[in-house]
Amino acid sequence: MIALIDYGAGNLTSVRKGFHAAGADLMTPAAPSDLDRASGIVVPGVGHFGATAALAGDWMNAIRRAVERRVPLLGICLGMQWLFDGSDEAPDIPGLGMIAGRCARLPQGGGLKVPHVGWNSLRRPRDSRLLDGVADETQVYFTHSYAAPVTRESAATCEHGSAFAAAVECEQIFGVQFHPEKSSDAGIRILRNFVGATR
Amino acid sequence: MLSKRLIACLDVRNGCVVKGVNFESLREAGDPASLAKRYNQEGIDEVVVLDVTATIEGRRAFEDTIRAVSRELFIPLTVGGGIRSEPDAAAAIDAGADKVGVNSAALADPSLLTRLASRYGSQAVVVAIDAKREQGRFRVFARSGSTSTDRDAVEWAVEAESRGAGEVLLTSIDRDGTRAGFDCELTSAVSSAVSIPVIASGGAGTFEHFTEVFTLGRADAALAASVFHFSEHAVADLKRHLRDCGIAVRC
Repeated sequence: MIALIDYGAGNLTSVRKGFHAAGADLMTPAAPSDLDRASGIVVPGVGHFGATAALAGDWMNAIRRAVERRVPLLGICLGMQWLFDGSDEAPDIPGLGMIAGRCARLPQGGGLKVPHVGWNSLRRPRDSRLLDGVADETQVYFTHSYAAPVTRESAATCEHGSAFAAAVECEQIFGVQFHPEKSSDAGIRILRNFVGATR
Repeated sequence: MLSKRLIACLDVRNGCVVKGVNFESLREAGDPASLAKRYNQEGIDEVVVLDVTATIEGRRAFEDTIRAVSRELFIPLTVGGGIRSEPDAAAAIDAGADKVGVNSAALADPSLLTRLASRYGSQAVVVAIDAKREQGRFRVFARSGSTSTDRDAVEWAVEAESRGAGEVLLTSIDRDGTRAGFDCELTSAVSSAVSIPVIASGGAGTFEHFTEVFTLGRADAALAASVFHFSEHAVADLKRHLRDCGIAVRC
């Protein structure tokens, strides 16, 4: 059972639909203790980092316990930023802190618009289970204003004004800044790779 | 590098695409879901579905259409036309829309943009602006271009951004349906004034029109309906043309 955490940060219909196409029907846990039975956890999210305050406390603890049991975790967009220590967007709200670093606003100017909305290409510096079968330079759909720094956990990077982490991978912890559920065939492939990691 | 987006627009009435379907080669013309699927296979970057029905029965049929279109479509889907309130937006989003386009209702009550943005995120809120040239300015019109307002398109776009809109869908009333080319002056004026992406609409007739609007017009995306019906390979051919002109597009 893969759990999709609904903490009120946006609409989850597309994420569900994407996973359905990737061969998994997600369930939404009613309480943090439900995560004890999860084979995988998806933290979605759009909008302001402040929304992740709803995960503080019991949810965060339950997710930590699951990660310690080596249950695969996937953060999407805001959910990926939450894997880091925190974000300049809401400095008082701590992230999960499973990946070191802070998210910052994308640089503006020089004709570049922020938010970064649309299809942009992935650079793949290394092998990745999550991005298996996704070629270097594949384009995926982004929509965000803040981004995570490039670190050794970066499984893919992207550039918009400056380089940022487009995907992260550290053992059973995965994250994507883009929206795989909106990124056509490559996106569904990525979701399928995550589903595979939960089996 | 961020690609310029090509967006196909489907005008839907009672479950059928009603615009730009006068070409015999287009077998699936009447069915929005098959058309969206074909465009997706051809490499379109996004789809916009516009409701041009007025009745309650029509609206229910429209939600079924959104559901059918979104089922097989794993690229962004925007729904517009007749989104007047939060419940209208919720119905469209629950049916599978990723973004909602708001026009007249936002002009009547700009705080609707803020409420939708706080509930769904700015990335889900598209302000649709219909503008017409008047004495050297661009006047905003409401109700499908039928009602004049006191607003200037550039100023309204700036206010809509500050109120929470995440994108601008900008239609030139002067060019709509003419195939004479996008209004690059209008598009550039709005695109330079806001930091959110601007989707140019109205007037697409040739591939060269897209090149113009992405360069002179500073558009981030371009929307068209009938131009994609020209041939089975219109999307791919257009992307090849744009690439040859040095414009970044998704392969």
